[in-house]
Amino acid sequence: MSKLSGIGGRLYRGESAIDFIGKRRRWYALSALFILLSIAALALQGLHLGIEFKGGSSFTVTKVNASISDARTAIASTGVSGEVIVQNIGTDKVRVQTGALDTVQNNAVQDALASKFLVSAESIDTQIIGPSWGKEITRKALYGLFGFLICVMLYLAMAFEPKMSIAAIVAVLHDVFITVGIYALVGFDVTPATVIGFLTILGYSLYDTVVVFDKIRENTRTITASSKITYSQATNLAVNQTLIRSINTSLIALLPVGSILFVGAGLLGAGTLKDLSLALFIGLAVGTYSSVFIAPPVLAQLREREPAMIALAKRVNGRSATPTTFAPTVVAGGQSRGPRNQPKRKGRK
Amino acid sequence: MSTTTKSVKTTGRPARLLAILGLILIALVAAALIQGATVIRLGLDLRGGTSVTLQPRIAPGESGKVTNEAIDQAVSIIRQRVNSLGVAESEVTAQGSGTNRQIVISVPGDTGRRVVELVGQTAELRFRQVLASAASTATPDPAATAVTGVSEIVNAKFAALDCMKLENLQGTGSDAPSEIIAVCDRGGSTKYILAPAEVLGRQISKASAGLDTQAGSNWYVSLTFNGEGTTAFGALTTRVTSLNSPLNQVAIVLDGLVVSSPRINEPIPSGNAQITGSFTQLEAQDLANVLKYGALPLAFDRGEVQQISPTLGADQLDAGLIAGGLGLLLVFLYSLLYYRGLGLVTVGSLLIATALVYLLFLLLGEWIGFTLTLAGIAGAIVAIGVTADSFIIYFERIRDELREGKSLRTAAESGWLRARRTIIVADSVSIIASVLLYFFAVGGVRGFAFALGLTTLVDLVVVFAFTKPLVTILARLNFYSSGHPFSGLSAKSTGTLPVIKEA
Repeated sequence: MSKLSGIGGRLYRGESAIDFIGKRRRWYALSALFILLSIAALALQGLHLGIEFKGGSSFTVTKVNASISDARTAIASTGVSGEVIVQNIGTDKVRVQTGALDTVQNNAVQDALASKFLVSAESIDTQIIGPSWGKEITRKALYGLFGFLICVMLYLAMAFEPKMSIAAIVAVLHDVFITVGIYALVGFDVTPATVIGFLTILGYSLYDTVVVFDKIRENTRTITASSKITYSQATNLAVNQTLIRSINTSLIALLPVGSILFVGAGLLGAGTLKDLSLALFIGLAVGTYSSVFIAPPVLAQLREREPAMIALAKRVNGRSATPTTFAPTVVAGGQSRGPRNQPKRKGRK
Repeated sequence: MSTTTKSVKTTGRPARLLAILGLILIALVAAALIQGATVIRLGLDLRGGTSVTLQPRIAPGESGKVTNEAIDQAVSIIRQRVNSLGVAESEVTAQGSGTNRQIVISVPGDTGRRVVELVGQTAELRFRQVLASAASTATPDPAATAVTGVSEIVNAKFAALDCMKLENLQGTGSDAPSEIIAVCDRGGSTKYILAPAEVLGRQISKASAGLDTQAGSNWYVSLTFNGEGTTAFGALTTRVTSLNSPLNQVAIVLDGLVVSSPRINEPIPSGNAQITGSFTQLEAQDLANVLKYGALPLAFDRGEVQQISPTLGADQLDAGLIAGGLGLLLVFLYSLLYYRGLGLVTVGSLLIATALVYLLFLLLGEWIGFTLTLAGIAGAIVAIGVTADSFIIYFERIRDELREGKSLRTAAESGWLRARRTIIVADSVSIIASVLLYFFAVGGVRGFAFALGLTTLVDLVVVFAFTKPLVTILARLNFYSSGHPFSGLSAKSTGTLPVIKEA
């Protein structure tokens, strides 16, 4: 652990630096590959939607050693046709999922299962989703997604800079694509809980990006006043300086999410907790990646097009200094400090 | 490298902030005790029960738009039906926004099917002539109240009808339009025998509440019928107006329960009627809304039905609590391993945050009927991460400042000034996310969003009123300021080149 902190110190001073910005083509290519894979998976396999989106009924009987074949016999006796999925959850549950049924059929299935497994109809956990419900849920999820993106974009544009908000949204869209792709590829069930987890993770991914951007802004506030460092270099330094923080915050966020996933999948077998935490888990990982490898390079690219930054880059390159030698100086000079530290710094030079 | 140690500016007074936080905690505990809120209200998914989500839409064969008033009316009709089951803590609420709101019904316990069958039917409004009325209690002798021209069965039912009993206030299905019926009024104070329906709610074209300023300030309800309605209502009023009470009354029946039974003073052939009486503004508006709703009744699409047995509920609660405990423990361990002495600040802050969230859950259950669901627990657990992140942002900032050669006391303050901004922006994004989720979604999602938003707010309070002041105080201790190996601030662990010593 303390080794990691030691690295933190070196990264902070710019002694050891990972080139996030300069090698951006590499990260872009990697992400492009993942996005292509995601699109392919989505086109070929599609998402595995839960009954909440399609309409249908789900009945869960809690009974030790409940067998799938018994459940199938019970369903067959009710005359319910169409696709019926029967599976064991853990050791003491069997779950039956059917297409959309009417009230009479639902009651019939409940009764048939109750008499087959010798349990009361009330003890069967039942979920019935109307056929038009899925559309409603999907519509709401999309509204939520777009509403969120717009609000956050406006907020970030106000709190930071417009270009930062564009870069942050690019990173978020990147996360959306890849997470959806992973779901399509692996074939995880998509339920409303997944969607909630997913929307939350957008917030979280931005949280991470915000931390990095905050440092970038600090490092570049007075950047055009000198000609020591280009915008890209200052950005790269910021990403390196906040790297340990990003790793730590992501790890700390993953710990509780991981424990929900562990308990949800392990103890309960399926349901809200598992769906929610799986989406969070995947999204967190992708979100951390994008806030380091995607958002800062995109921002740097956007800003480097500005005439002031082009001029700055020319001046800096004219001095033909290599980044590694001047990096420590930059920490002292490129940072904006409180006014009371200003004279001291002059004296040190 | 010399650092100025004179006049370390302390932003705020740490002891005062801590004292304020202490007072808030004490106030919350006191409020919880006074209100008798000792148990968090659990959602149905944690204790078993049935929840039904309905999507209101215009009934088949009708055209028009779903209005907010219609949904409110539908909620009160369904609430009336659900209350008739007599299950404590049943709830009927409209959730979501605008006219796309859904109606969510939750009934604890195992009443499953009855709830589902009860809530889905369309409620109709009809006008019927009153044949008899009486106080609500059951009369032992049917002969005493028998009305001529009414079948014995209905007479017997009327005699036995006890409107004080909840099951008689259910309404649904007890008012076939072509039959003579015995029913109660909505409040359960009067019972009626009513003639077959002569005017239907759909024959109303307009209804509104108004204030008659000429004769004092009396609230009235005016209604207008369409062509068919005008003819039917004209015939009805012409026939009954000269009869004796109660035969000259016309009952307005919604969903099988009498809402109002005005006396007809004169024949009304014009199709424009006014109902007057000693209405308050609220009563008049209520009645107008009932009539409007009757004009365009809603049908309910059953969106989602969830029946959770108490066993599963208990399992889910356990799982949620275990996950929460485990998550908290892992975060404690990680911060202690990584931040050593500073990790203790994290542990303390998280414990305070947990206590605040717990108390708020208790009190909000009492104040606004907040119920904790499985999704809510998940939201709170996810928020542990968000909360701990704030501390990391702050601690890493302090370390950055130390790396620049500042003393701990200075670093704790200048690091805070920079971390504060980041924390506020990052938490704002989290809060925007939860507010949007809350307003766009229904059911479980709302619980999640609420818990996430609440805990993020608590995070802000704890960081400002506990973590920061505590660090300021600890920075004065030799253990931390001298960079003890276990303080989490040693030169080795921050990677600072020269060892810092307070001058």
